[in-house]
Amino acid sequence: MKKSSRSNPIGVVFVALCGIATATIVAMLAVILGQIVWFGAPGVSLEFLSAAPSEGMRGGGIGPAIFGTFALVVLMTIAVVPMGVLTAIYLVEYSKPGSRFAKAVNIAVSNLAGVPSIVFGLFGLGFFVQFLGGTIDSTLFDGKLVFGQPAIIWAALTLALLTLPVVIVTTQEALRAVPANAREASLALGATRWQTVYKVVLPQCTAGVLTGGILAVSRGAGEVAPIMFTGAAYFLPSLPTKLNDQFMELGYHIYVMSTQSPNVEQTKPILFATVFVLLALTFILNAAAIGIRSRFRQSLRPSDA
Amino acid sequence: MDSEAAGVLPRVEPTAAIQRAAGRNRRFTQTVEKVIEAWVKLTAMSAILTIFLIFVFVGREALPLLWEDPQPGLEHEVVNWSTLAGPTHYPDRPSRFMWQPVSNVPKYNLPPLIVGTLKTTIIAILFAAPLAILAAIMSSEFAPRWLREIVKPTIELLAGIPSVVLGFFALMVLASWLQDLLGLRLRLNALNAGIALGLAVIPIIFTVAEDALTTVPKSYREASFALGANRWETAIKIVVPAALPGIFAGVVLGFGRAVGETMIVLMASGNAATTTWSFTDSVRTLSATVAAELGEVVFGSPHYRVLFLIGVLLFVFTFAVNLCGEMYVQRLNGRLEGSRS
Amino acid sequence: MRTFARIVTAAAAASLLATSAWAEGSVTIKGSDTMVILGQKWAEVYMQKNPGAKVQVTGGGSGTGIAALINGTTDIAESSRAMKSAEVTSAESKQGSKVKETPVALDALSIYVNASNPLTEISLPQARKIYTGVITNWKELGGPDAPITLYSRENNSGTYVFFKEHVLQNDDFDPSAQTLPGTASVVNAVSKDANGIGYGGIAYAEGIKPLLIKKDDNAPAVEGTLENAQSGKYGLARELYFYMFPGKNAAADAFAAWVVSPDGQALVEQVGYYPLKR
Repeated sequence: MKKSSRSNPIGVVFVALCGIATATIVAMLAVILGQIVWFGAPGVSLEFLSAAPSEGMRGGGIGPAIFGTFALVVLMTIAVVPMGVLTAIYLVEYSKPGSRFAKAVNIAVSNLAGVPSIVFGLFGLGFFVQFLGGTIDSTLFDGKLVFGQPAIIWAALTLALLTLPVVIVTTQEALRAVPANAREASLALGATRWQTVYKVVLPQCTAGVLTGGILAVSRGAGEVAPIMFTGAAYFLPSLPTKLNDQFMELGYHIYVMSTQSPNVEQTKPILFATVFVLLALTFILNAAAIGIRSRFRQSLRPSDA
Repeated sequence: MDSEAAGVLPRVEPTAAIQRAAGRNRRFTQTVEKVIEAWVKLTAMSAILTIFLIFVFVGREALPLLWEDPQPGLEHEVVNWSTLAGPTHYPDRPSRFMWQPVSNVPKYNLPPLIVGTLKTTIIAILFAAPLAILAAIMSSEFAPRWLREIVKPTIELLAGIPSVVLGFFALMVLASWLQDLLGLRLRLNALNAGIALGLAVIPIIFTVAEDALTTVPKSYREASFALGANRWETAIKIVVPAALPGIFAGVVLGFGRAVGETMIVLMASGNAATTTWSFTDSVRTLSATVAAELGEVVFGSPHYRVLFLIGVLLFVFTFAVNLCGEMYVQRLNGRLEGSRS
Repeated sequence: MRTFARIVTAAAAASLLATSAWAEGSVTIKGSDTMVILGQKWAEVYMQKNPGAKVQVTGGGSGTGIAALINGTTDIAESSRAMKSAEVTSAESKQGSKVKETPVALDALSIYVNASNPLTEISLPQARKIYTGVITNWKELGGPDAPITLYSRENNSGTYVFFKEHVLQNDDFDPSAQTLPGTASVVNAVSKDANGIGYGGIAYAEGIKPLLIKKDDNAPAVEGTLENAQSGKYGLARELYFYMFPGKNAAADAFAAWVVSPDGQALVEQVGYYPLKR
């Protein structure tokens, strides 16, 4: 369409404002990333990534925190992926349209996504550590304190509940993308619903499930409030090896170090470097998930047989 | 196909034994099928169960406030509606709202925490909503392809930054900048925390608003262009009003997220339980209070219960906010669908 | 690809599950942020001298440590303040055992201001008036005309409680006092704020100016040195404690005994605190 011959100043101003807003957001992100990369990247070395902290956090590295984060998200993924995938399968494959149960599940999922992370922390403490942990202790361990205290398993389960919506939504998307005729063909050949899901639909969704898992990991690795009281600790002499061990974690480490280290000026390089590592980790995971998702979308297009 | 096979393979009549075996096999498969379906349905309950459990377990740690006798040694700690909501009264000075839970006479007035949460959230929304909405309009209405390719990843990156990193940034960098720029007396204050909170909320508002804008049917825009309007006139007068409920839902969801956010305010707000309305004062929010104090409470003490009560408040509030946001989005979709016919 | 992923997950899970037995002989210490570097130093040296011993130290504030002791989630609670009688009652009734208090070091709590502040000494009543919001401007103390910015600790801190009891005489802090989560963060804040005032353990006193303390308006101004702390002349000397249930964990008993021995006490000054008077 032709533009009006008189360029209305309101229009120019409005578009300019929109442009400025967009530019501002991009600039702010660039500034934040720039600061972290500028001050943090020089401190990152192989030694930094593998050594343990020393001299009251003024030296050494963050190896145990990286290990702890890794162990935490592995446990979390083992818990959340089956739960999330099965829930998504129910919602897409098994539920009848208009089912009130399915509607309730959908509402629950979207509300779960909005629960504040500190409420997850409270829940983790009240339900997992005290209730489940205490019950396990009194029934299996004669009341000795084994699981009724902050432990990596409880932190992992708390994070699993926190990231459940991410996995469910991503898997739903992946399941819906599978064309209906694939299912119809399978059912027509006499397969049961579960056989259809398991052998026909799900294999086409591996990329989607993977995306969901990676996004969940990326989210879980960055959350601190849910793990503050369910298992994270600042200085531990050994790595977590048992399910009821406490663990060091990158995000928690950043929080404690930036607010409580004995000499903030001296630890600034370490602090920025730790933030850089956490940020790099989350970004790589996010980029991987996005990459897998877009390649997966491309590969689906030619399959409309 | 079939006719060829029929000519090659002899037809076998199933014997009674084979028929019975086939029947058993079918029944077995069907039973397994039913078990699996039940198992899947049970797992799907996990989301509902979780919400329910959160409500129950956070609530059950808070409710005894209403009826419980204090634990041995803590008889002087009385918690009721007036001590939670009302100002503290002193014999020798004017009453004021105090949050001092660790004290010979603990004070659990919630208003300073609520004011603190409101202040940081309002600043966050005032900062984030205009930026995010205008950028969403830019992205959906005016931006050329290459700009959209920059904006989308930017928003996704911003969404991917952990809140502890934003809190760190606010504590170490932003606070000093703001103090130098505005000559502030206090380095850690509501403004600092609010802006960092806004950064966390921008992706949510942007995503929902952009979704709402792009969902406005093309026919609206085409009709407007056909009538002689240009791009920005169409945007302001047609598209944005049509997408307004969705944009509003985005702001509501952003508000809910801002209220519940913990690490940013914990690190950047100064954590002083003031009840002023100045944006440059330090504040203490509900979520930061729980995070700061939960580690030191004795299980079952009044302090413990009040912290869980704060948790209940946060949970109920964000639940209500999210429900409203969801309903709005669903109504929006319904309206636009209806108008297509 | 899928089988490989399954194998990796199974191996990871198995390795974590394999050693599920609870380790005897390890010592868990939680509590005071003031004392955490001291606890870590002790733990480091003790583990070097006793290979096979496992001592794990986490901070969180004296209140956190005491709560953990009452809840039964720690062997030793480090605390920079004395346990209140209510807390002792709670602990003993919940855990069914008597609490033992062991002083392990001395600390000279310091009140400090920014290095550019002209003030050099302060009396405890003045400090009380400042922190309860009665005195709000530096000019009331002979300084420049500028409002005083109060920095305090979070209420899980033993330092906070000690200050409230001994300096504020159990009065309430002014609500405008910013509460920071660690001793070092208060130092950090005051070092960046020309109008700031803070308080904290003396081991962390870097980059700011500790004030000489007068026990009341007419007393002599005393510096927080080793002799003044041990002799009691310094108005804000305090003991740092270990709290534990003796007999519950033999390894913890052994560690605590070592800490008060000459070997353990020799490390205290290295970290910046003062050893107990001998």
